[in-house]
Amino acid sequence: MSDVKYSKEHEWIKLEGDVATIGITKHATEMLGDIVFAELPEKGSNVEKDGTAGVVESTKAASDVYTPVSGEVVDTNQEIVDDPSKINQDPENSAWFFKLKIKDKSEMDSLMNKDDYDKFAKENNT
Amino acid sequence: METKKTSLYQLHQDCNAKFVEFAGYQMPIQYSEGIVEEHKFTRNHSGIFDVSHMGQLFIYGGDELIKDLEKIFPLDLNNLKINHSKYSFLMDKDAGIQDDLIITKINEGFLIIFNAACKYNDFKILKELLNEKYKMVLDENRSLIAIQGPKSSQILNDVIDGVKDLNFMSGNWFLFDNQKVYITRSGYTGEDGFEISIPNNFAEKLTRELINKGSKLAGLGARDTLRLEAGLCLYGHDLDKDKTPVEANLKWAISKERISKGDFIGSDIIIKQLNDGVSKIRVGIKPEGRIIAREKTKIFNQSDVHIGEITSGTFGPSVNGPVAMGYVENEFSKKNTKVFLEVRGKKYAANICSLPFYKKSYVKGVN
Repeated sequence: MSDVKYSKEHEWIKLEGDVATIGITKHATEMLGDIVFAELPEKGSNVEKDGTAGVVESTKAASDVYTPVSGEVVDTNQEIVDDPSKINQDPENSAWFFKLKIKDKSEMDSLMNKDDYDKFAKENNT
Repeated sequence: METKKTSLYQLHQDCNAKFVEFAGYQMPIQYSEGIVEEHKFTRNHSGIFDVSHMGQLFIYGGDELIKDLEKIFPLDLNNLKINHSKYSFLMDKDAGIQDDLIITKINEGFLIIFNAACKYNDFKILKELLNEKYKMVLDENRSLIAIQGPKSSQILNDVIDGVKDLNFMSGNWFLFDNQKVYITRSGYTGEDGFEISIPNNFAEKLTRELINKGSKLAGLGARDTLRLEAGLCLYGHDLDKDKTPVEANLKWAISKERISKGDFIGSDIIIKQLNDGVSKIRVGIKPEGRIIAREKTKIFNQSDVHIGEITSGTFGPSVNGPVAMGYVENEFSKKNTKVFLEVRGKKYAANICSLPFYKKSYVKGVN
């Protein structure tokens, strides 16, 4: 899975052609606790790198979900809206959030690979 | 000020608690299984809550103390039986709520359980009001352990024989390991359960025995979702100095006998509000979809006029949906009134509903 990159806001992004699948990391779900609500961007809308592109809520608090790259939302995962607990169960696979048709592949360059992210997550364990 | 630790701190750590600072204490917000599981386990089996941060005030005295306390609390304390408890509040002269509490009449006088964040202030207020006439001990040598949920009666009774015979909202002294513990059948989750006042040095031993009998630790996170589903108020959120018991829809807790006499602090305002009505009142609010409306969310009527604010809101694991409480203008407080909640700039439909969201009958005790 060397094509998966990670952001400092704890999102993962997997690029296939010019379509990126984005979700939140396992580390993020562990910090959030039980996720009980998810809101996703609208299909067809455009999102900007580092802008908000959704919300997840635990019983305690709401947290924004950011997009690590810019693009047009081409698909969203309704399953996690209907059953947000799926995000805790399988965050880095079936519980993806949205797919983007990306504009600028170079936006991927500043993101972390798995080893760097794991180190980052360990150091920012709050 | 350094944050304090309860006598169960080590046990919380051993059970992988996530801690949060609350009212000057390091308290467990959740353990490894998480808030939703802890919540459900409490509803279906039995959960243990460390509430040792709460204030335990013993006031020693007899008939004169009863008369003096009746000037403060809107309760018929004279006719309250020994070892019986009542929910009440400490009000200021404008009937603003300074704290909500449980008061129990014991042989030696009274035991009052206060909220953690208010306890030192409450102690000071009561000392002044009682003119230091009575011996008063805000006992920090005792822990307070709550065990809540349908299996709790059997589990606690296996450890401390006889507790299952207590009636709801009554208590007594029992022995655990030759230590005097005061146990009331009460709690704040909407479940049958008990609160145990126990010397600090024995709190961990008792809790470990309860865990061995099948109960599990649950954190403040689960305590919050449980109490909100049960429609119970959280001080500092649903109740504060700007709200009266009538506005908080807690008039059931005010003694009719004492209203007729009208001689307690805040009684003028209480009587006026009972006669004339109030402009705002606490209600239950059920969002129509999955949207969670949290504290400070604005409430609008169907004509888009701002009519109130949410004071507590979360996802209710047993209701399997969002739940909230808040204050609205009185004319919009009827059950099934449609309102709108502004969350992240968008308005979402919700309905005023009766409380609690989750109902289970409190056990009245055996026989």
